Amino acid sequence: MATKLIQLQNVTKTYVTGPVKYQALRGISFTINKGEFVAIMGASGSGKSTLMNILGALDIPTTGKYKLNKKDISSFSDDDLAQIRNKEIGFVFQSFNLLPRTTVLKNVERPVMYSNVNKKDRYKRAMEKLEMVGLADKTNNLSNHLSGGQIQRVAIARALVMNPSLILADEPTGNLDSKTAKEIMDILGSLNKQGVTIILITHEDDLAKYAKRIIRLHDGLIATDKKIKK
Amino acid sequence: MDLQELISLAFEALKRNIVRTLLTMLGIIIGIASVITIISLGEGSTQSIVSQISAFGANVLTVSPGKSQRTGHGGGGGTTSTVTTLTSDDAEAVDKLYEVETVSRIMSKTFTITANSESSSVQVTGADASYGEIQGNKYLSGSFFDEGDVIGASKDIVLGDQVVEDLFGEGAEQFVIGETVRVDGRVFQVVGVVSDNSGAVVPITTAQGFLIGQTHLDSISVAVIDVELIDKVTEDIEILLMDNHGIDDPELIDFGVRSSQAFVETISSVTGTLTALLSGIAAISLLVGGIGIMNIMLVTVTERTKEIGLLKAVGAKNQSILVQFLIEAVVLTFSGGFVGIVLGAGLAFVASNMMSIPFVIRLSSVLLSFGVSVGVGILFGYYPAKKAAKLSPIDALRYE
Repeated sequence: MATKLIQLQNVTKTYVTGPVKYQALRGISFTINKGEFVAIMGASGSGKSTLMNILGALDIPTTGKYKLNKKDISSFSDDDLAQIRNKEIGFVFQSFNLLPRTTVLKNVERPVMYSNVNKKDRYKRAMEKLEMVGLADKTNNLSNHLSGGQIQRVAIARALVMNPSLILADEPTGNLDSKTAKEIMDILGSLNKQGVTIILITHEDDLAKYAKRIIRLHDGLIATDKKIKK
Repeated sequence: MDLQELISLAFEALKRNIVRTLLTMLGIIIGIASVITIISLGEGSTQSIVSQISAFGANVLTVSPGKSQRTGHGGGGGTTSTVTTLTSDDAEAVDKLYEVETVSRIMSKTFTITANSESSSVQVTGADASYGEIQGNKYLSGSFFDEGDVIGASKDIVLGDQVVEDLFGEGAEQFVIGETVRVDGRVFQVVGVVSDNSGAVVPITTAQGFLIGQTHLDSISVAVIDVELIDKVTEDIEILLMDNHGIDDPELIDFGVRSSQAFVETISSVTGTLTALLSGIAAISLLVGGIGIMNIMLVTVTERTKEIGLLKAVGAKNQSILVQFLIEAVVLTFSGGFVGIVLGAGLAFVASNMMSIPFVIRLSSVLLSFGVSVGVGILFGYYPAKKAAKLSPIDALRYE
């Protein structure tokens, strides 16, 4: 029996701008187990980004429940959400992933600074993850002297550094050439083989093939939810 | 994250834009440096004046002409007064008071003194033989003139060591006794050299008859037998002289009696007020510097919106962001304060040397400057930091 990591129950999100109400999510329910590699796809306007914000604990649903690791976080305060993001979720974004003019090591160490881990352990953890992404020799390079592929690998190391339950990758290869993109996706794939749960938000079918399950959104609702047999 | 780490993060952030950081700091540097310099020079000149006056001793009263309040603080600057009612008769009458030890008549004027080919502009005081005792002079050589010299209106002169140095060169104190100098063209013989002094004293009768040529006095110095009796004697002198001058209404009094202590207090309060006023003006530049810091911090927060979004995404709480930006502002102002203190002390040192007053830097003004610079950082850094902390992570990440 697989362990449930994410449980969404009839989640909706409505944005109110003055007199205009816009329902971005209109009732989403699904469960993601530990160790899954899920791609969430959809055209722009499908509610993909809104869903990512909620899954990433950056935002809370208007109605419905979101349980992460059996904890209902759908009505958490800003600070509690910050703590959840720190401990449970690792982000890899499309662009502007790193702190400018800051060394690779300090970028990876940063999330650990917001938890109660001492400096020695912080360094050990950061180095361990940098080795995993093959950048142990670049620790003192400044972030603005790295290539696009290296930047995303640092971002992955940073996402992993708190040993989160979940890696949330939002178009992680959007700014990369196809060869580098493949490298990054291979790293994510191998992390998943080691048991890391990965949610990939993308609109590219090519990338979705790395996932084991594809959830397609359309107009704020789930259109399809398919497991991929390999 | 401990404070040390927050501070090093702040330094890193400030280093990223070093030119902007330095320009922003300039406001605080100039503000703190001017406050430090002004306070230091104020303290120095007060000390210099106070030490000159205090040489008179605590038991000395000065009677000067001119309208005065009964508190004794008014009637200021008796020497510039044109009131001519203070006379030798008054001095004699005061001398007869039981609690008065001795008195000296005083008049003074600035003359050019020449010796050999050197000349120097010096305040020459005409006084009685008791003046040396009242002043508590220390003699490097020779002595003060005596009663006989006053009666005989002799052409004797007592010089301050600085005058001797100007006229005869350094180290000449020992052999100038008996030498002659010319005051306003008249020949005088040097009889004594007083240490730490830049004036000259001649017998009062000589001053009246040959040099200044006036009969009324500029002031009367009165030594009281006991410091405790200062207040009583002050009143006695007032009553006595009002009677002598035929004045009934204390409002119309044409002289003032002040203790050297009161004089010191007056001077201190005047320089204190001046220092406070100038510091207040300098503090305006601190205010302007603070506004500059708020402005730059607001720009910084806008520029780093994405960075803030990222930090929030990886787990920074609102408070962590607030503290980070606040510390950045404080590090900025504190460093500015530090540079300002060093610069201000340097300026004060050079200026006090040029003005030949003592160089005084109080620990309290240094601590106050540090306190003020930290305060400015917190005050003007809080609003931008709060703005950064309140950013929503989603909006911040999406910001282009």
